[in-house]
Parts: sequence; C-alpha cells; structure tokens
Amino acid sequence: MKKEKRIQVIIDGKKIVTSDGQTILKVAKDNGIEIPALCFHPDLEVKGSCRLCLVEIKGRKGLFTACSTPVEPGMEIITDSPEIQKARTINLELIFAQHCEECQDCILSFNCQLLNLARRYKIKITRFSDRKTGYPVYQFGPSHIFDSSKCIDCRNCVEVCEKQGIGFLEIKERGHLFQIVPSSSKNKDCIYCGQCLVHCPAGAFEAQGEFEEIEEPLKRKGKIVVFQFAPSIRVSIGEEFGLSYGEDLTGRLVSAIKKLGVNKVFDVSVGADFTTTEEAEELIERLKKREGFPMFTSCCPAWVRFVEFYHKELIPNLTTVRSPHIILGGLIKTFWAQKEHINPKDILVVSVMPCVAKKYEIEREELKIKGFKPVDYVLTTRELAYLFIRKKIDLRSLLPQTADSPLGFPTGAGVIYGATGGVMESALRTFFERLTKKRLLKIDFKEVRGTEGAREAKIQINSWLIKVAIVHGIGNAKEILKRLKENPKLYDFVEVMACPGGCVGGGGQPLPSDSIIKKERARGLYQIDSEKKMRIAHKNPVVEEVYQKFFTNKEIIHSVCHTKYSPKAKEN
Amino acid sequence: MRKGDIIAKLKEQNLTGRGGAGFPTWLKWQAVREAKAEKKYIVCNAGEGEPKVFKDGFLLENYPEEIIEGIKIALKTIDNSSAFIYLRKDYYQRFKKNLEKLAKGFAITLFKKTGGYLAGEETVLLQAIEGKRLEPRLKPPFPTQVGLWGYPTLINNTETFYFVSQIAKDKYKKTRFFCVDGDVKNKGVFELPEDFSIERILKESNNLPDFDFFLQVGGGASGEILLPEELNQPVKGIGSILVFNQEKTDPFSLMEKWADFFLQENCDRCVPCREGVFRIKEMLKEKKIDKELLSDIFFVLEKTSLCPLGKGVSVPFKTLVDKLLK
Repeated sequence: MKKEKRIQVIIDGKKIVTSDGQTILKVAKDNGIEIPALCFHPDLEVKGSCRLCLVEIKGRKGLFTACSTPVEPGMEIITDSPEIQKARTINLELIFAQHCEECQDCILSFNCQLLNLARRYKIKITRFSDRKTGYPVYQFGPSHIFDSSKCIDCRNCVEVCEKQGIGFLEIKERGHLFQIVPSSSKNKDCIYCGQCLVHCPAGAFEAQGEFEEIEEPLKRKGKIVVFQFAPSIRVSIGEEFGLSYGEDLTGRLVSAIKKLGVNKVFDVSVGADFTTTEEAEELIERLKKREGFPMFTSCCPAWVRFVEFYHKELIPNLTTVRSPHIILGGLIKTFWAQKEHINPKDILVVSVMPCVAKKYEIEREELKIKGFKPVDYVLTTRELAYLFIRKKIDLRSLLPQTADSPLGFPTGAGVIYGATGGVMESALRTFFERLTKKRLLKIDFKEVRGTEGAREAKIQINSWLIKVAIVHGIGNAKEILKRLKENPKLYDFVEVMACPGGCVGGGGQPLPSDSIIKKERARGLYQIDSEKKMRIAHKNPVVEEVYQKFFTNKEIIHSVCHTKYSPKAKEN
Repeated sequence: MRKGDIIAKLKEQNLTGRGGAGFPTWLKWQAVREAKAEKKYIVCNAGEGEPKVFKDGFLLENYPEEIIEGIKIALKTIDNSSAFIYLRKDYYQRFKKNLEKLAKGFAITLFKKTGGYLAGEETVLLQAIEGKRLEPRLKPPFPTQVGLWGYPTLINNTETFYFVSQIAKDKYKKTRFFCVDGDVKNKGVFELPEDFSIERILKESNNLPDFDFFLQVGGGASGEILLPEELNQPVKGIGSILVFNQEKTDPFSLMEKWADFFLQENCDRCVPCREGVFRIKEMLKEKKIDKELLSDIFFVLEKTSLCPLGKGVSVPFKTLVDKLLK
C-alpha cells in the first residue's frame, strides 16, 4: 500500500497531523471541529453551492469553502471570526429566503441543519419574503413527494438521481431562474427509490403522507391491527432516539409497537424466510428446465419498476416470488386468520419499511388475494419513530419483548435481507441444502458480502457452478446489464437493490444516511444473523409448519407467494 | 527556464492576461508546460461576453495571423498539446473560414461558444467544450493543473495571444486595446499604451465628452462606475470604457438593466449570486433601496461567491449607488 504523506496543519490554534489531500472540512470534522456545511453530503460530489462552510486561511486574502479546499502543509485555518459569522449569517438568511418553512410537518423536524444553524447564528429567518411561495408540489406516484417551495437548489437530488442511472430530476430554466423539476421526457420516469429524499438537506422531499397520515392505521375502528417490521428497521430506528448506529433494537422495537395498542406484532424477516424458500425452489426449477437465466431478485419494488419501465425485456427473468412483507401480509390474512378464526376483512396489516417504494408496491393490483390487499399501510422507519415520539413512547427506556407467535421468529437468513448481498446469501443457504439434500456446514457465504456496487461470485455446489452477481445502487445495474448483453449466460442469479447499501440505505431510513452509517447498519444485521441458532430460511419451524399444514396445493402457494409483472407506462 | 525562451520573454515583458483578471501570463504558461501529463490543451478565449466590449472581434478581424501565431507558439512551447479557439457565435460565423485557413496543418480546432456571458469564464468554457452543464468549476484545482477532460490546460484571452506573437518578434510596446463606446462621437477600439490614464485614452481617441457624464470602466456589466474627477488612473480589468451622458441616463433603469443581465446570465448555483442578484432586482423593481440590506448582499457576493462573475456583480451597483445616489 502506498504510504500516506502526513502533514501538519493548524485549525483554530489546534495543531493537527493529518494525511495530505483531504479537504479542510474533513480534517476539521475528524478532529471534532464543526464547520456548518449544508449542501455537503459525504457520498456526493463537492458542490460548494451553499457557501456556509467558509473559513479563513492565514496569509491568504478572502474566505474559502472548507468543503472544496484541500489542506496544505503548514496551513493555518480559522473557522470562526466576525467576518465568517457575518458571511454565514447573510447566506443563511438568503437560503431561508427561498425555503418556505413548514417546520410543524417536516421530516427533518428533529434534525434540521437549517434550523440549528438559524439558532446558532441567531438569524432572522424572515428577513426576506419567501421567493418560492406557490412553487409546485410534485407527486411521485404513491411513493413520495417533492415540495419545490422548500428546495434550496443544492442539486444533491439531481446528482443522486443521475447516479442512480435514472436522471428523472432535471434542472430547467424558468424565467431566468433554474428550478429542479421532474422530467417530462416520455422515456424517463421515477422508480420510487427515494434516494433524492435521503440526500436532501432541506426536507423538500418526503414520503406520501409523511407525517400527516401516520396515525390513520390506528384510527381504523373495529379492525385487528397487525404490525410487521422489515429486517433493516431493527438496526436503524434507534438513530431517531440518539442510539448508536447498527444497535440491535428488535426487542425494544416490538415493545414500542405494542405500546401503540396494536393487536399483534410480526416480523417481516419471517416473510423473508418464505421468500428465500420459494426463490431457491424457483432457481432449482429454472436450472432443471435450463431456461430463464439469469434469475433476478424482485423484493425491491424500485428495481421491479425499473425493469417494468426501462427494461421490459427482462420481465421474464424476475423471480415471481413476492417480497417478504407481501408474503407475510398474505399469510397473516390467510394462514393466521384461518388459525385464529378471524375474517381477513377485519385485519389491518401495517408494514414498517425502510423504503418509500413499498408504499407503491402495496397498491399493485395483482398482489391481491381473493380481492384483499396483503398489506394495507406502509410506514417508513422515520414515520414509525415519529409516531412513537408523538405518543411519547421512548424506545430507549423500554424492556425488550419478543414478537408474536407464530410469525414473529425469523432465521438469521431473514434478517440479513436488509443489507446488500443478504437476499443472495439467504437464497444460497437454502439452495445448497435443497439441491444437495445435505446439511450446510459452512453457513456464511462471505463471497457475496461487501460494499462494491456491482460484484460477482462463483459458488461451487457439487457439480454445479453457480454464477451470481449482486448490485446495489441501481446505477450500478447498468454495468451488469451491459455484461449480460454481451454474454447472456454470464450469471445464473442476480440480486439487485435500488438503494446504495441495500435496504439499510433505503429512502425511508432515518436521516442523515451515508455510506459509513449504512455500513454500521449492515454490520448490525450480520451480527444478529451470526448469533442466531436458526440461520437457514426453510428450516424455520413456522416455514415448515406452513408448508405442511397450509401450503397444501400449488394454487395456495401461488396466490400467497407469487406474482406477475407487466410493462409499465410513464406515471409521473 | 531557458534563456531566450518565450516564457522568459513573457516574464521579462511582464505580460498580463487581457481577459480581465490580469494574471501574469508567463506563470500560466510555465505551470502548464511543467505539469506532468500525457497531453495538454491550449484554449484561446474569444468568447467575449461583456456587453459593449468588442476588442476580441476587432483583433480577429484585423490581426488573425498574429493571434494564430501566438497559439502556434504555445503549441510549440507546450509538448503534446492541441488547441481550441473558443469563439462567440457571431465571431465563429464571421471568422471561421479565415481562421481555419490560417490554422491549417496545426492542431487547432475552432469551437462555437454555447451560452452567454458566463460561458466566457475560463472554467465554464471548459464545461462548454466538454459538452457539460454551463456552470463554473470549483478552484482548486486550477485549469493549469486539471483542465479540459482533466488535462492541464492553458487558457488565454485572444488579445493575450496577439501580444505573445508580438513579444516573440520583439515588437511589443506595452500597449493594449481599449474599447470606447456609449455616448461618444468616435466609438471604436484603440491600441494605446497600457499605462495611459482614462482621461488620456478618451482624449487620444477623441472621445472626451463636453457634457456632464460618468463612466463605466472594465466591462459593460461588471465594470465600475467612475466620475469625471476619477479619470487620472489606468483602466483596470477588461479594456473597456463606456461613457454615459448624465442628463440622459436614469441610474435606476441602468441598474435594472444590469440586474436583469446578471439574473439571466448567472448559473444559479451558489447562494449569494442566485439569491443576492434576485434580491437586488426585487429592490430595484420596487425602486426602494435598503442600503443596509444592499451592503449585506454586496458583502456576501464579493466574499463568498463561487466564481469571478458572482464576485464581480457588486462592483457596478456599489459604485453607482455610492457615487450617483448620494
């Protein structure tokens, strides 16, 4: 490895030894010196557009943006002075001049950098009239919205949408001023990944109904309310309560949900165990028939929409297996309803997901079982946290409880679904046992883990060499699709998650969300898996029970576990 | 630096960039020549976007051989380099044929400018040639290190290249080209010693007004306002003098014109320029000037704008308000 050059700089009188080539902002942050930086996001290009991270450099005239200026040997940096304060104050006032505040109902209400800075610099947020009054609110399907009157033009959303390979958000000039608008091109549409939302510093994007409608599910009279929570929630929701990244909160999360007064709490990871079992079967089927390769995962609704809109030719390659919360919702309203002698019409299933695309997914007509929707509501991680706060439920102080029987006990395989590579690994565990009829001794498939945006692995199972690929961040799908075009037989099985990091980086996750935080969340999930006794999906006793007692014929399995896809037209 | 080398001569003659920033030319040349890269680029900036400035057009019309000669010298001085001439649309149409003829056999490509005023800024020009969004790049890195497609790039104004050829032939007499326009009898481009005072330039060009007047010097949008008693100084920035008949000029409509110009031409990327210019325009529309507010906006424009355009926006307004709206 190349040896880093070490240099010394002085920030606010403090001597700091650091490696060459970093920005002032990074060095300051690493050393506990906070410089306000609004448009800066560690996973995106340096924009230098908010002009708040201003610093002085001794011996040089003027102010410099810490986000874009690299440290140099001997550099003496001052991060606070009357001139810096004045400049930051005025620029902040100008930022507020374009941002129509709606603080009472904002996804950043507890974590708003803008407001924090306004307090810190004691600015008058109303010095100017709001320039963007009356700017439009754009709806992105049933998934999320963009309130352009809150936009501060940092363009992070445009960059991330471009990075995702979608480019649906565009910069258009309207009357001498550029605005961010959804594309009117007939060849572009939003896939509902929600990455714009997690990269916006101004709260201009939010999930549909966030937070106005979060109490709706609790208000439905005469219903048996069942909550189910997604794999990744258990390691991320704590962030909203100041707990550390990646901490396993399964037990306290269950307690908190129960405090809402709901009837049952189940675990979507159990649904994942069903998804895995069916998906492994489907892969074996395809191997037997020697057709339909590669098989793509389909539990990410944004990826599915990407295929249905942008790559219709790949529709036959998507596994027909439903996503975990849809299967579990279906089981709640069939298997469990039957067992408990409840009319499925009286059950209200609420999924807590790290995702805004899941709000879109539950509206898909073809998922209905005998006319009812498997899932009635989707709340994001943020929405559930906000609901707790509103109901004065403090996640931190609760005693852990277990989720309810019979759909509350997942295997470790179901838990790692929340991280990139997790679906693949779960499927491989089951696939191995089902194909070889032997016990899997080495349970970890570490070769499919990692953070690389598009990675490949070859797995030898008896005489079969299974070639797999894993993609996260849908912009990285392009590369895999290109390789497949050149060689259609390159892979047997491909996992795609639209969000960078997989569901731990989803559009419904707590803010801020960046690659370091996502890594911690993923680490938390793999930790839970490693500590579980049950780590192979199809061996989950409830999976075995359902297959023995309830999944007695193919039609039932199909109606609960499988779906179909069709080409989609532009919706937005 | 080799003796007799063009860079040594540029240093000796102390030639500075004629695009307005006045950076020592030899430093740029040296930086690009010394930069380690497999290839390098040279750009002649004839994107002339300041209103009422037309000296590059004048040079392209009258001295195209010298300009091309200057570029050829750069090509020879900088190894593995190729050049672009970045031309304003109308200049491209007018001079394309002739320039192509003169550049024949050399790695010189003409490029038709896209965009307006801002696209004359050197990093925006790079974006334009690369076919990207027309907005400035963050500096550092400077174009001399990371320029066109990431390669070290020498960007000089048309006039600078003209004078490089003059220096190479030892014919440089420390002159520069001045545009005189506005309420004058004899508008045009005049080659005069660079240290001439503004008054002397007006006199020599037979343009000194005999009525009450004020000037805008250094560009028809970003130039500063000067009063008749301030003419005993050389021209700073771009060589341009614009004369206004005081009686016939309404300062408010003049400022509104500038505000409209900047509002239209800026890239809306950084806060002070996007929001600051908008607020200036609003104030002018209402014809109500809040001096404290205005001074705050000027402060952040000057101190915190991302590019030279933003940094320069306050100059005309500030000097006009100070001098004419007492």
